[in-house]
Amino acid sequence: MKKNANLACEFIGIKSINPFWLASAPPTDKAYNVIRAFEAGWGGVVWKTLGEDPAPINVSSRYGVHYGQNRQVLGFNNIELITDRSLQINLDEITQVKKDWPDRVIIVSLMVPCEEEAWKNILPGVEATGADGIELNFGCPHGMPERGMGAAVGQVPEYIEMVTRWCKQYCSLPVIVKLTPNITDVRKPAEAAWRGGADAVSLINTINSITSVNLETMSPEPSVDGKGTHGGYCGSSVKPIALSMVSEIARHPETSTLPISGIGGISNWRDAAEFISLGASNVQVCTAAMLYGFKIIDDLCDGLSDWMEKKGYNNISDFSRMAIPNTTDWKHLNMNYKRIAYINQDACIGCGRCFAACEDTSHQSILKTGDADNRKYTIIEEECVGCNLCEITCPEPNAIVMKDIDTGLPHLSWLHHPANPYREEP
Amino acid sequence: MSIAHDIQSNRLLDTEIDNNFSDMTPPLTDKQVLVASERCLFCYDAPCIDACPTDIDIPLFIRKINTGNVHGAAKEILSANILGGSCARVCPTETLCEQACVRNTCEEAPVEIGRLQRYAVDRLDRSLPYPFTRESDTGKHIAIIGAGPAGLACAHQLARNGHQVTIYEAAAKSGGLNEYGIALYKLVDDYTQKEIEFVLEIGGIEIKYGQALGRDISLKQLRDQHDAVFIGIGMSNVNALNIPGEELAGVEDAVAYIRDLRQESSLANLPVGRRVIVIGAGMTAIDIAVQSKKLGAEQVTIVYRRAQSAMGASLHEQELALKNGVNFVCNAQPTQILGDDSGITTMEFNRTELDESGKLIATDEIISLECDVVFKAIGQKFSSSPLGSDDKPTLDHRGRISVNENYQTSLSDVFAGGDCINGNDLVVEAVDHGNKAALAIHHQL
Repeated sequence: MKKNANLACEFIGIKSINPFWLASAPPTDKAYNVIRAFEAGWGGVVWKTLGEDPAPINVSSRYGVHYGQNRQVLGFNNIELITDRSLQINLDEITQVKKDWPDRVIIVSLMVPCEEEAWKNILPGVEATGADGIELNFGCPHGMPERGMGAAVGQVPEYIEMVTRWCKQYCSLPVIVKLTPNITDVRKPAEAAWRGGADAVSLINTINSITSVNLETMSPEPSVDGKGTHGGYCGSSVKPIALSMVSEIARHPETSTLPISGIGGISNWRDAAEFISLGASNVQVCTAAMLYGFKIIDDLCDGLSDWMEKKGYNNISDFSRMAIPNTTDWKHLNMNYKRIAYINQDACIGCGRCFAACEDTSHQSILKTGDADNRKYTIIEEECVGCNLCEITCPEPNAIVMKDIDTGLPHLSWLHHPANPYREEP
Repeated sequence: MSIAHDIQSNRLLDTEIDNNFSDMTPPLTDKQVLVASERCLFCYDAPCIDACPTDIDIPLFIRKINTGNVHGAAKEILSANILGGSCARVCPTETLCEQACVRNTCEEAPVEIGRLQRYAVDRLDRSLPYPFTRESDTGKHIAIIGAGPAGLACAHQLARNGHQVTIYEAAAKSGGLNEYGIALYKLVDDYTQKEIEFVLEIGGIEIKYGQALGRDISLKQLRDQHDAVFIGIGMSNVNALNIPGEELAGVEDAVAYIRDLRQESSLANLPVGRRVIVIGAGMTAIDIAVQSKKLGAEQVTIVYRRAQSAMGASLHEQELALKNGVNFVCNAQPTQILGDDSGITTMEFNRTELDESGKLIATDEIISLECDVVFKAIGQKFSSSPLGSDDKPTLDHRGRISVNENYQTSLSDVFAGGDCINGNDLVVEAVDHGNKAALAIHHQL
């Protein structure tokens, strides 16, 4: 039996050996990288964005980082543009790699000016490569928008619809529209893509960001000869934003049947499972690979496959969108639900972080007793609102657990709550 | 056949000795500091602060290190403990702050507080102004007897408060235990003197050397001439074994030997026995045993009358001795040292055991160990004779200077701290006494 057979899946008619594709970015810039990725086991790649010749030129000093306390990379950004190699070299390489790796997916990312002729011209050559689909890069937040492309298009739903329609008209390949998060309501561009005939959307692209300022030179990072510009932020710290946006589109009645390729800070199999449960049919990874190399695909596949087997999911679609019914608006949440914190004294190491957090910044619901040699922290149950802050601050995984309290009361949402002056009668 | 009285210099090459006496715990690198400081949980009401006699705000200084505010971390440490640099090197942190660290509970590895403290203090930014300022001159003048850790800490605090301080030091150098008593590999590169230079930079402190209490100066005289007196003279007497043969050549006082070692410019010159016995169970015993090994002694044995688990030296210190090839013989009580005018050959012990009531008793079994040198490291005693005969502070039941919670003696203008009141042999405690006595003096004046 083939390893991780349960991961084989189909996305808008494209078969893939697993749901893990490399996102359009430096790791998929040329044949050499892509072949290494396929050798490592990646299911597919979205080839780094092609554009019209002449290809843009990149600056030196391209990435800026946001570090955690111990130099762990929480996220980083980039100010790279689309491919800086000529269109023909890329098309030739795509043709050859696809020929050599027929069971792997190659999607070609595209960005040309917002003119019908430009799209009409580039599409036939792309289709001739044998690639499995195209992804429209309407998300790139740096550099390209200044030239009227990337996020400059992605922020105007009418443009998205128009360009998508051109692509469907001049090309028979499936069309994925990549969405920018640098907008107010991600459902609007998704609706536009849907109206334009997109086969799927992929999201999120990177987020407008300045990762840090060099306090010596007073230049934002990454600094190019003493000056910086905003770049596209990525990595595990963007995952919560991406998850929310994916779920918004999956829940939205107008777009609920639009397939989604999930992107944004996916670093491990668990992240991938979460994206899939909230609406993605497959996922794209970039930053984790850029930090650790292509080998992480082994854990992504193995971890997800084993988890699925344990849960009894035979394929990706078995748990796809399973968390959507549980994703709702605030107004539908149960006001009668109660949980409170419980401190497991056997696992507590006495650091008092929960106390500092609760006493200084929350609800004064933790009691500190004992002497210097034996500090003891306990929950004042009457005061605890179940906010989870103590559990979050606790460095020990099992020392604080949140416990459901049976109030014996029925479900009561704000819509019907007596305190709501605009309540709806049931 | 054993060679009797084999005591000689130059057992090792200078290069070997240099290597042996290099920094035992080298400084952490920047990267190690990043990892170590990130492990600190920034505990609320942190147990490590309670465990530090000088109440250094450890989580705060570690956080400052981690955020890149290393100068701020150093200031945080030094404002609580002006000798924070030497304490970082010599404190038995494994029984103090690091023992209290909550990271021990689940990971059995505390945050490396001592080494982080050293990192910070070593990086105090000297291009910035001296981190302490003197308040305006109070016109008060305080005498401090002894320029050891207690006296120096007291002097610095008083100077900050605007008082004038004169320190009377019996020795030729200041530093006390740090200069004369700490094992060399714990305080390398003449750190003590560099640290004292930094302490004195506050201004308003004068040190008079070669001024021993009871010999060159008297307590009465100092009280007459100053507004207050702080006594920090440590312990000057060494406990005796009180067994036959103790007077023979080759039977040495460990404290005196370490003192010589600390002042010797060429360690290879020191006479070292081939077979060395150390009697004792505290830090001094470990120090002299390890240093003997490092000087080239072939066989070093620490002999203790009780079980190893009862030793005063921490497990960490015991492991250090074992790692350096020191042997332990426990439950052996000294009975006599054999030898002649030219030196010693053998030391005899009675095997001990605990009787039913838990009392240590000697059995008939005799243990005999060959030796060239015996070091006595069975504790020091406070000698009250320098205090003079009349108008002297009351002593406690152990014969040390008795003080109240403000480190004030029975004489209201005389305060005391360090080993002459406590005798725990800890630099950090002495600093704490000096700090607190200074505040009490300041409030009183």
